[in-house]
Amino acid sequence: MEKKFFERPIINKINAGIPDKFGMGNQLNPISTIDGVAVKDLIAEHGSPVFVLSEKTIQDIYQDAYQAFSTRYPKVQFAWSYKTNYIDAVCRTFHKLGSWAEVVSGFEYQKALENGVPGNQIIFNGPDKNEADLRLAIENASLIHIDHFDELYLIIRLADETNKRPKVAIRVNMDNGIYPQWDRFGFNYENGDAWNALNRIMLSKKLDLVGLHTHIGTYILAPFGYGNAAKVLADLAIGLDRKYNHKIKYIDMGGGFASKNTLKGAYLPGSDTCPSFDEYAEAITNALINSSIDPENMPVLFLETGRALIDDAGSLLGSVIGNKRLKDGRRATILDIGVNMLFTSFWYEHIVVPAQATSKYTEDTTLYGPLCMNIDVIRDAIQFPSMKIGDQVVVKRVGAYNMTQWMQFITYRPKVVLIDRKGKVHTIRNRENIDSIRSLEVVPDYLK
Amino acid sequence: MKKQLTIAITGLNNTDNPGPGIPVIRSLREAKGFDLRIIGLAYENLEPGIYMEDMVDKTYQIPYPSGGADVLLERIQYITDKEHIDVLIPNFDAELYTFMKAEKRLLEMGIHTFLPTIEQFEERHKAVLPKYGEKYGINVPKSTNLTSVSDIRKLKKEYEFPVLVKGKFYDAHIAYNDEQVTSYFNKISAKWGLPIIIQEFIKGTEVNVVALGDGEGNTIGAVGMRKQFITDKGKAWGGITIKDDKMMDITYKLIEQTKWRGGMELEMIRTNDGKYYMIEINPRIPAWVYLAVGAGQNIPEALLRLAMGEKVAPMTSYTLGTMFVRYSFDMIGDISQFEKLSMTGELENIHKKTKQ
Amino acid sequence: MMKIKKNIAVSESGFVFDAGTGETYSLNPVGVEIVKLMNEGKNQEEISNYFLSNYEVSQGIFESAYFDFVSILNQYNLIER
Repeated sequence: MEKKFFERPIINKINAGIPDKFGMGNQLNPISTIDGVAVKDLIAEHGSPVFVLSEKTIQDIYQDAYQAFSTRYPKVQFAWSYKTNYIDAVCRTFHKLGSWAEVVSGFEYQKALENGVPGNQIIFNGPDKNEADLRLAIENASLIHIDHFDELYLIIRLADETNKRPKVAIRVNMDNGIYPQWDRFGFNYENGDAWNALNRIMLSKKLDLVGLHTHIGTYILAPFGYGNAAKVLADLAIGLDRKYNHKIKYIDMGGGFASKNTLKGAYLPGSDTCPSFDEYAEAITNALINSSIDPENMPVLFLETGRALIDDAGSLLGSVIGNKRLKDGRRATILDIGVNMLFTSFWYEHIVVPAQATSKYTEDTTLYGPLCMNIDVIRDAIQFPSMKIGDQVVVKRVGAYNMTQWMQFITYRPKVVLIDRKGKVHTIRNRENIDSIRSLEVVPDYLK
Repeated sequence: MKKQLTIAITGLNNTDNPGPGIPVIRSLREAKGFDLRIIGLAYENLEPGIYMEDMVDKTYQIPYPSGGADVLLERIQYITDKEHIDVLIPNFDAELYTFMKAEKRLLEMGIHTFLPTIEQFEERHKAVLPKYGEKYGINVPKSTNLTSVSDIRKLKKEYEFPVLVKGKFYDAHIAYNDEQVTSYFNKISAKWGLPIIIQEFIKGTEVNVVALGDGEGNTIGAVGMRKQFITDKGKAWGGITIKDDKMMDITYKLIEQTKWRGGMELEMIRTNDGKYYMIEINPRIPAWVYLAVGAGQNIPEALLRLAMGEKVAPMTSYTLGTMFVRYSFDMIGDISQFEKLSMTGELENIHKKTKQ
Repeated sequence: MMKIKKNIAVSESGFVFDAGTGETYSLNPVGVEIVKLMNEGKNQEEISNYFLSNYEVSQGIFESAYFDFVSILNQYNLIER
């Protein structure tokens, strides 16, 4: 007689009121392959945990986004937001698709240059640009987005010293109807600072004012906020034309589009509430097209969206280290994925699914990471099937920010691989080892 | 011959903070010309409506919208495979967004709904009410959205105490000073997130209207009510139909301008000097809708007909002085019913059939 | 030898009603089977043997699952002491 499949025995309390999951057949569909490559093969070959990026997903989403805007507006240019994921292979994938580079530090600027991006296709944002950074950017005719007045005066001085006309834009913040209103970056529109900055630039006659920039926030679920912001920039552009007969070349709407990840505390899942690229595009392009900017001189529309382009393309594969029962009877599963490499688990309820077929019976489970730290929790409460040691899991939608904000703590940061369109797996960042960390350290002679 | 239809309805939580499900079913059961099979959709296994055999023929548990639209629709597909649902009437604020977004997919399954558009739904949110008032020329209380405790200090310049402190979706408290605002701010934001809405406290009488718009600007039904007794949860325990021309004008005008589609409840304050302030717009039928039926306007029936694509003539009059008083009632059940629902997610109320 | 408390009813569907406390629980099929064997008076070794011969499971895995299960039954106060 053939033996029956064994499933761990489970007993769940039925809470009067709260629906019981048994009756509902609330089964997690396992993810056993990524772009046709088996999860177990990826882990066998590259270790556990491992980040996996999909070239196909990157390309598909980029095309989706580009199409949403280019079908509604004549001139559209994307710029890859380096801080979202600046692994060279990722940046180059976006550059190959036509993206320029958007950087916020001297380090990112260097990376963009070394990825072969021409200087005049690099947008330099953020409050942190030192004198040397600015000199280099001016030398390369990069697009410098000015954040504050001190920076503006420094650039005017450097224009004198270098005898060049720096290409600049200002970053503008405004009340666009969404909360919270970001006012720490750029010049405020309502209090007149933005106009003040534009007047100084025009009157200095030393800078080439090429664009206007805004970046209204992060994980913005309300497309109308972009519409309102675009109206403000259009208004400034019209004002410049009227007062100085000066036509700007581009309007940069920044980034901040949401991804389908679910924020902690959100009632509905991100997959239901995240607006489509079409909705963002509709809001932004309507505002620009319906403004009174001269139709013959419509500025190029720049977009710096990062999260929405890369989040879905990244997965983190890991393995079960062990299981335990907490004091209150709740089940806990310990994974080899910690918050040090999955920084976004502090604000997202990440989707975690088994990589192999499991029981349809689930229990309320806490997923812990391997760190010796109380805060190392990947999911507080998730209906999860029972897992054995060595069973594998996939964390979905981790492409944005994790591979830049991760921390080296207690152990090494994992390998990152990219699956190309043909299903071939490439290592794009090696797992750290003892030398990658120790090579930076110096032991004073007296301790040797 | 009576028209046979299968109607799925949520909001069976007929508790002391009742959902509109049972009142809607009761109204539909009284509609002439229909032979209805009522399918209850329940989130929790103790929603009283599940066990009301005269009201609900069969109940299915459904997953919360927070589990995602796909899981919810999969379940609805399963149910409609067995039941062939003709019309679905959702009754919870928190689920409306998901059902509105899924309108097309539901129709592909053969399920009709009659809901506001996403735009209509979004623009009447508490946090953006001042903009709404401006757009449609309606008085609304002055309000400010707070995203940080440090903003509370600034309120003194603009507001006189007391003020109302409200959450984005639920919760409202009256605060008489800064300290109370701070304490409610912390309490509400911990539960419902930011922003916290500070609203001018308008003195006067609260009046309510249940109304139905056909989506083309016509008001198909509208009945005004004043609460006579309010529970500690702020719900009406007794109410009476009233007619106030100005209040009805505001209602008709609002539906005409917004082209509101579906049921709605308007909450207004009438001040002593005869001004009206809109304090809330609920995008669904309220739990006291049966009062409207009692007064001569079967609003749920009209909604059902609109959902089925019928043309419905506006109902323009109703009996003034019609009253309702709510009561509570203990039903007796057996654990086997609870077992059936908990273990299979389905419960057929067979008692009713054997009685017939 | 462990036994489920007397006033606890377990139905074929896996529904458990503790008439002493009014609590209700649900069991998966393997859980139902273990509870049945316990009520028939089988001890841990007999239960373990039954599963090893009828199911695709090793002794180690069964035992860890079994003890985990029993600890939860204890936690819920369902076992006769």
